[in-house]
Amino acid sequence: MISITDIHKHFDDQEVLHGISATFEAGKTNLTIGRSGSGKTVLLRCIVGLLTPDQGQVLYDGRDIHRLGKREGALLRQEMGMLFQGAALFDSMDVFHNVLFPLEMFSTKTYREQLQRARFCLDRVGLIEAEGKMPSELSGGMQKRVAIARAIALEPRYLFCDEPNSGLDPISSRLIDRLISDITHEYGITTIVNTHDMGSVRGIGEQVLFIHDGCAEWTGTSHDIDGTDSPHLREFLDHV
Amino acid sequence: MNEFYQLGYNSLFIVILMSFFIGALLCVQIKINIWSPWMPRFTIGYAMREVLLLEFASSIICIILAGKVGSNIASEIGTMRVTQQIDALDVMGVNSANHILLPKILAMVSAVPLFVTFSVASGIVGAYVVCKLGGFLSMADLILGLQHCYEGWHLWTAYIKSFFFAFIIASVSGYFGYTVRGGSIEVGRAGTNSVVVSSVLILFTDLLLTNLLMA
Ligand SMILES: Nc1ncnc2c1ncn2[C@@H]1O[C@H](COP(=O)(O)OP(=O)(O)OP(=O)(O)O)[C@@H](O)[C@H]1O
Ligand SMILES: [Mg+2]
Repeated sequence: MISITDIHKHFDDQEVLHGISATFEAGKTNLTIGRSGSGKTVLLRCIVGLLTPDQGQVLYDGRDIHRLGKREGALLRQEMGMLFQGAALFDSMDVFHNVLFPLEMFSTKTYREQLQRARFCLDRVGLIEAEGKMPSELSGGMQKRVAIARAIALEPRYLFCDEPNSGLDPISSRLIDRLISDITHEYGITTIVNTHDMGSVRGIGEQVLFIHDGCAEWTGTSHDIDGTDSPHLREFLDHV
Repeated sequence: MNEFYQLGYNSLFIVILMSFFIGALLCVQIKINIWSPWMPRFTIGYAMREVLLLEFASSIICIILAGKVGSNIASEIGTMRVTQQIDALDVMGVNSANHILLPKILAMVSAVPLFVTFSVASGIVGAYVVCKLGGFLSMADLILGLQHCYEGWHLWTAYIKSFFFAFIIASVSGYFGYTVRGGSIEVGRAGTNSVVVSSVLILFTDLLLTNLLMA
């Protein structure tokens, strides 16, 4: 479980996040939705520690990521997997070595087991036949799947996805959604997904956080979302 | 090792090519424009050797490399930054600066003695070839000039200076690439900036080191 309290973040003289609090439960897909520019990516970057919030706390099962020592921080990071908006595969390595990379860096397994694990993860996302290709030779959707394989290689407890299906066709989008949701339930991962795709919300959104202009405007399950009384969320829903 | 191959091997050709022609051109220029009948003929070979060892093989070659390798490093790392590959490393808990920059610096510093060696050698070959074909100078005079008052220390200073220059190239361009914010325009700018800054730094360091090493 990840809980955040009162996160503020500003750039230059513009405050992007105005005090967001939320809890993201384990074994569930927690969706963060909101319009473009509402601050979803900034919030996620604050949560994973790529940005330091001006104020507020981010607790990973009680551990505050912004106040951990070097060693504890490094250990916590090995429990995290992240899927970036642009997949962010290492383009100097082929697909297989991308997935193997975190294992080589951190795993205590033997080399043979690492190879097995990397194969298993690639197989899990259905791309074992592409293992020898370079990232630039893959389609956007395939890159995202490889990035998922890389993110789960170390069997993370926390998984973060920033717009996993932006720029993908509806069928590939549902495939990625299913993959994320299945992995979350199989391993009891705490998953946070940023999206503005209502298809994802209805498909896999177990818990939804709606952000409007850097404020947490609404939280609930995807079933309650149509009964919302928030005018901004209403507007968001009406334009899908 | 992979980096060494990429940065080193791919630049070797340009180093050899440039040095070959500079060696040849130095001979031609000195003979036509500087040499006059009261000078012994071997001074041509002698002057060429000194220019090659003292400045060309280290400083000039490294400035050329700052253009080729430096901009390459800066834009490669800059692209990793804007495509979030560096963020991906950071999230994993890898020390991204070490992981990316260190191999490049090591590769550059270990490849550079090779460049100096090949540069001197192919410069001399260039001189031989032009003297043989152009008939400016007899082989005996050239060899006499090349060996005249030879100071081993000059070769060593070329190596010593080039280590510093290699470090400058890799770290400056790495820094510019690593700190890119934005998109492809900023990546391009990082490439240019790194070339300008590392060339100026190389020249400045050259001045300092020459004073220190030669005094
Ligand atoms: N590094 C930065 N420097 C300055 N401003 C930034 C920076 N990153 C984000 N912002 C600003 O923060 C605001 C929120 O951006 P953010 O990327 O979080 O939006 P988003 O909700 O993820 O949008 P999208 O759905 O398009 O990805 C934007 O107005 C943006 O201009
Ligand atoms: Mg975003």
